[in-house]
Amino acid sequence: MTQTQSILPPLTERSGILRWLRKNLFGSWSDTFLTIFGALVIYWVVKGFLTWIFKVAEWNVISANLRLIMIGQYPLEQVGRLWIALGFLMFLSGNSLAIWARKSYIKTILLLAAPALLALLPFGDEPRKWLITLTVLGLIGWGTGRTRPEALARSVIFGWVLSLPVFILLTRGFTSENGIMPIVGTNLWGGLLLTFLLTVVGILFSFPLGVLLALGRRSELPVVRLASITYIELVRGVPLITILFMAQLMLPLFLPPNVTIDRVLRAMVGITLFSAAYLAENVRGGLQAIPKGQYEAAYALGLNGAQTMFLIILPQALRLIIPILVGQFIAVFKDTALVAIVGLLDLVGIGRSVLAQPKFLGLQREVYAFISLIYWVLSYGMSYLSQRLEEKLGVGKR
Amino acid sequence: MQASPERKATIPFWRDERILNILGQVAFVIGLIFIGSLIYQNMKVGLATQGITLSYGFLKGISGFDISETLFSYSRTSSYWQAYLVGLLNTLSVSAVGIVVATILGVILGVARLSRNFLINRLAAFYLEFIRNLSLLVFLIFWYLAVFLKLPRVKEAIIWPGPIFWTNRGLGIPWGIPTASFPTFRLILFTGLILALCVFFTLRAYSNRTGRTPITLLWTGLTFVIVALVGWLILPEKPLTPDLPFVKGLNLSGGKILSPEFTALTSGLFLYTSAFIGEVVRAGIISVSRGQVEAARALGLNGFQTLRLIVLPQALRVIIPPLTSQYLNLIKNSSLAIAVGFPDMFYVSNTIQNQTGRAVEMISLVMLTYLTFSLITSVFMNWYNQRIKLVER
Repeated sequence: MTQTQSILPPLTERSGILRWLRKNLFGSWSDTFLTIFGALVIYWVVKGFLTWIFKVAEWNVISANLRLIMIGQYPLEQVGRLWIALGFLMFLSGNSLAIWARKSYIKTILLLAAPALLALLPFGDEPRKWLITLTVLGLIGWGTGRTRPEALARSVIFGWVLSLPVFILLTRGFTSENGIMPIVGTNLWGGLLLTFLLTVVGILFSFPLGVLLALGRRSELPVVRLASITYIELVRGVPLITILFMAQLMLPLFLPPNVTIDRVLRAMVGITLFSAAYLAENVRGGLQAIPKGQYEAAYALGLNGAQTMFLIILPQALRLIIPILVGQFIAVFKDTALVAIVGLLDLVGIGRSVLAQPKFLGLQREVYAFISLIYWVLSYGMSYLSQRLEEKLGVGKR
Repeated sequence: MQASPERKATIPFWRDERILNILGQVAFVIGLIFIGSLIYQNMKVGLATQGITLSYGFLKGISGFDISETLFSYSRTSSYWQAYLVGLLNTLSVSAVGIVVATILGVILGVARLSRNFLINRLAAFYLEFIRNLSLLVFLIFWYLAVFLKLPRVKEAIIWPGPIFWTNRGLGIPWGIPTASFPTFRLILFTGLILALCVFFTLRAYSNRTGRTPITLLWTGLTFVIVALVGWLILPEKPLTPDLPFVKGLNLSGGKILSPEFTALTSGLFLYTSAFIGEVVRAGIISVSRGQVEAARALGLNGFQTLRLIVLPQALRVIIPPLTSQYLNLIKNSSLAIAVGFPDMFYVSNTIQNQTGRAVEMISLVMLTYLTFSLITSVFMNWYNQRIKLVER
């Protein structure tokens, strides 16, 4: 009795700012030195950066050319179509948030209010009206999703599937000069709009091709396997820029003389073919992680080869590699910048033509910093979302 | 045996999997050949209308264009093939510099990312996250147009640190001019190399025989350095005289002048790749479980021995494969030189192709060269993986 009382509880580490500082920043002489060095670097970089942003940089080059950077030379009187397409996406987002993320109010509010918040910036009256409309559309979508989540879920998925064709149809138009939706040639697509379309088309079309190649590489038929391996390794062994040049210069040669294919489409083909090889390797990694028992169980249930693959194996394999897939998609997004080298006016290409205006000569820092910012924000946003998705699906935990 | 004729009778050939497999493959091959021949026919017709027949003979023709940076003597009277070689060497030199610096920087970043010092850790994390989400092309263009071309003019050059000149015409760094005794010195260096190799193999044989682990690389390196130093000191005339850059009129002179294109490309490449290498190194170090370090300490190994004999060999096994693929990425990414106007292989081949209209030949040549790089890398990787494979019971 007395003995147990005399045993003291273990010492608890006292916490406090000083202790934390001591432990994490000034543990030893070398630590102190590193801390001071780090602090100096931070001070120097942040100071230089802030001075440049607020004192030196002339941001009017961005505000004057914002429309060009966003949509290129897309005709002004047709811009409403792009807003409608965005509104459609916003409506779907509202729907999806209400159906699949019922609990995360903060994220919902942030996403739905983002356009309205952007409207506070000095963009002019026309965009402001549209931005507010976007928020309203998002709210309507959220409201309808809220009322009947189960009934709507299927049609919302269908809506997302449909969103890309709708977006492209609205961007391109489908009637002649005097109709309600006159065709806007791809040579007028530019800026972020073009980057976005190249990315989405690249991802969507390379995905099935990549899965097919991965299946081909694991096929038991030697000829199919050999062909898949050859394709994958050939494409992975060369830089994207050579593939893009090949698509620009040689694709027209490969096609029959009466078939013409425009430059944007050629770039899309190049990006798709390139990305498919990388995707195939990622998918193969996922396929290899599926234990043999899954195949055997599926066969035992009487599923045939195709059913086993598409109903049992692929869904599990793809879920395993979601983070890798998102990484690949981010890489596609960043790689689309290369189309500027073959002369398309994507974000980078449009940056060049902004700088070619005599009024804005010598403002390379501002323009390219802004373009980098767009790439950074979108890539970081995608990788952040994928981390959340990963947590939600419990990848690697089950 | 008796059942087989019966089975043959029950399974018709159109449901026999073996026959179906063969038929499927035959159909696949026929399809590929059909598409291939279609493409080839179209290409032949297309090229014929341009008056071109496929051949590499044009490479012997006189190029007629200048290349701003060459590692061997080249002029506009040289052949296309020589121009291509100039580009190839430029690609290799950019890649070599980029790989060395990116590795050093990447290792520092990876270790810093694991530092217990909060500030250093966060700083490294911020750098990795910042760089990895940028587009390399924009990054390179930014370095070229917004940094190196915006340096002051030659007359107002920044001279820091020491005799290094930063100007918008390029970067002037000190260099050495070989003197009359340089060939002798080169011979001494060669001898040193052979001696060092002897030391290396002797020590390795010793290690294999006795099970002791001398620090082979240290002694090998030391042998070479000592021979080189002795050679430098005993020669009557110094083999190299220092050549410092200086301003002469409107240009830099003396030393070695690195063009803004070269500096922008290499610095952009190594800064970008170092972030990815940092992540690889970090993953490798984490992969060695704490128990290994604790067991090593319990066996009485000191900190350095633990690092050299226990942690590094295990971490390297995880690090090397993704590291080589980062190196390969760097080599492939150096083709973006065309965006900053550095005459690498791709840039030169593009010029050739604009002059001659030989798109098919030049693109296939460039692709073949890059494929060779990746083939060499994968051969090395396979060899390395074989060598370090875990020996399991």
